Amino acid sequence: MSAPILELKELDVFYGPIQALKKVSMHINEGETVSLIGANGAGKSTLLMSIFGQPRAASGQILYRGTDITRKSPHFIASNGIAQSPEGRRVFPDMTVEENLMMGTIPIGDKHASEDMQRMYELFPRLKERRSQRAMTMSGGEQQMLAIARALMSRPKLLLLDEPSLGLAPIVVKQIFATLRELAQSGMTIFLVEQNANHALKLSDRAYVMVNGEIRMTGTGQELLVNEDVRNAYLGGH
Amino acid sequence: MSAANSASSGFDIKRSLIETIVAGLLALIVFGPVVGVVLDGYTFNAEPARVAWLVGAVMVGRFVLSLFFQSGTGQRMLQGFDSGGSGVHVLAPDYKSRLRYIIPALIVIAIVFPIFANKYLLTVVILGLIYVLLGLGLNIVVGLAGLLDLGYVAFYAIGAYGLALGYQYLGLGFWTVLPLAALAAALAGCILGFPVLRMHGDYLAIVTLGFGEIIRLVLNNWLSFTGGPNGMPAPSPTFFGLEFGRRAKDGGVPFHEFFGLDYNPNVKFLFIYIVLFLVVLAVLYIKHRLTRMPVGRAWEALREDEIACRSMGLNHVLVKLSAFTLGASTAGLAGVFFATYQGFVNPSSFTFFESALILAIVVLGGMGSTVGVVIAAFVLTVAPELLRSFSEYRVLLFGVLMVLMMIWRPRGLIRISRTGVVPRKGVAP
Ligand SMILES: Nc1ncnc2c1ncn2[C@@H]1O[C@H](COP(=O)(O)OP(=O)(O)O)[C@@H](O)[C@H]1O
Ligand SMILES: [Mg+2]
Repeated sequence: MSAPILELKELDVFYGPIQALKKVSMHINEGETVSLIGANGAGKSTLLMSIFGQPRAASGQILYRGTDITRKSPHFIASNGIAQSPEGRRVFPDMTVEENLMMGTIPIGDKHASEDMQRMYELFPRLKERRSQRAMTMSGGEQQMLAIARALMSRPKLLLLDEPSLGLAPIVVKQIFATLRELAQSGMTIFLVEQNANHALKLSDRAYVMVNGEIRMTGTGQELLVNEDVRNAYLGGH
Repeated sequence: MSAANSASSGFDIKRSLIETIVAGLLALIVFGPVVGVVLDGYTFNAEPARVAWLVGAVMVGRFVLSLFFQSGTGQRMLQGFDSGGSGVHVLAPDYKSRLRYIIPALIVIAIVFPIFANKYLLTVVILGLIYVLLGLGLNIVVGLAGLLDLGYVAFYAIGAYGLALGYQYLGLGFWTVLPLAALAAALAGCILGFPVLRMHGDYLAIVTLGFGEIIRLVLNNWLSFTGGPNGMPAPSPTFFGLEFGRRAKDGGVPFHEFFGLDYNPNVKFLFIYIVLFLVVLAVLYIKHRLTRMPVGRAWEALREDEIACRSMGLNHVLVKLSAFTLGASTAGLAGVFFATYQGFVNPSSFTFFESALILAIVVLGGMGSTVGVVIAAFVLTVAPELLRSFSEYRVLLFGVLMVLMMIWRPRGLIRISRTGVVPRKGVAP
């Protein structure tokens, strides 16, 4: 296996007196798709945001391609190859698809903007049809595609996705995951946070299970898919 | 709503009658106590006839309106209201704005205007331009960055008192203070901004409101330094050191003698007008450039979704602070012009009503729209001046305008329209 692109070492994160992450250690290798599954409130979004330094880790270390980024500014992190699509999509409602994509270039500047926009339209043909439509008037699935595409506009080496399936119809979730698979096959390293464990595990090379701010279990996607505990807790016992 | 309207073809008298009765009842509740009861010493008289007239008028009016909205023209008008719709109107990137004709026309008018204007008209227009500056500044803060600042007048006061105090204690003139006041106001914006900008919406509004009042109260009560409610004098501008008064101080040569002209008190205002106009043009240009630069985009992004901005690593505090500071410095400039134009400043010019007026300009102009703000500034400041005899009803006029706006143009007089962003030339089809 290749070297880890991202490594978390014993990360502790607090919201005031409440400890949201407890000694979380994990790693993501270059080119891998890794997912983090867990119930609502387990601390998944917190983990993703603390990679961006919001909130800051109280102790522990975040290494990105060998560099310690634990104390780096969010801007530094965003402009050095980590992008995220936040929970709940968060597209800019009053802006068009094209303008949303342009916003995605803020971390790196718009040198490659038109070229990258073309790539996004190839990856998400739906967005091309809607390029001058305002984001708020689009369906949830389209907004999710836009949020992912916007994140990709900063040419990330590592893409962080927070619950891309949230609130979407099953058929739309399928489409989104098909696109993610395509993206992964093109060599993108993806770290996926999901409650939809079934889809996430099928897509992932490896996965972590988080309970109450701690990593409880880890293994390949296949291993966890057939694991009794995981099936009972996160896959509705199917 | 429009679906329900279009479903009913022809006139629905029953519906109109119901609407009429409801309006009548509401009018009775509202006007009954206000109009129907007149205090007379320690007793009061009931005046049912006056109430009856008012309620009658409301009911007739509502009935006519109701019938009108069921007619073809009325239907079309209603649809017009609805299509005011929400959001920013995005233009095609290659859209040629009508502004390319309007702006040169306005500049020509502005140059020709003083030739025909008398002193009174000149002062009214100067006041209008001062409010244009204020509107443009607050527009950055509220319209673009989405930060509700209710104490904006504080920065205006800092500019105005900057000139008066600088003159009194340091002997500084208009030209020295102009940039300094912009800096001082920007600094004040920064100082206020740092603690405040981590707050959101309502909290920000209340803290800025408090800040505005604090500045006014300090000016009002620090008698030994600011002269308190009596105010203090502010100097007139000079033209390369030449003064515009009848006689120059300290034995200097006044403007009119230097150029061998007859003394004309209007020249001072003409000069203020010209300088102010150039400053407004400069601010307009800077703002135009900024909205197309990354920082302008960041302001709008922040207004639309703060969390999304943070997920892109944008430093939201810095972005907000830049908007706040820039807005404040514009108000500082406006303050200097106001002080020199009045020749005098006192705290009563910087009450909350001023903040509300400037906010009204921004809202009326359409949040974020430059042209709208310019028009609204003139409508709200020049119109009350020209309608002097109605000046008591100024606030009523604002109220009516606001209500009409909310019905007719909920997104402002001129909708924000942004020319769609296109990436640089390349492979785009
Ligand atoms: N901004 C915040 N302030 C305080 N507590 C928070 C904040 N965000 C999340 N939490 C708490 O941290 C815990 C983890 O939340 P989160 O990371 O959002 O979980 P998940 O994404 O797995 O649903 C929850 O108990 C939540 O209430
Ligand atoms: Mg979450």
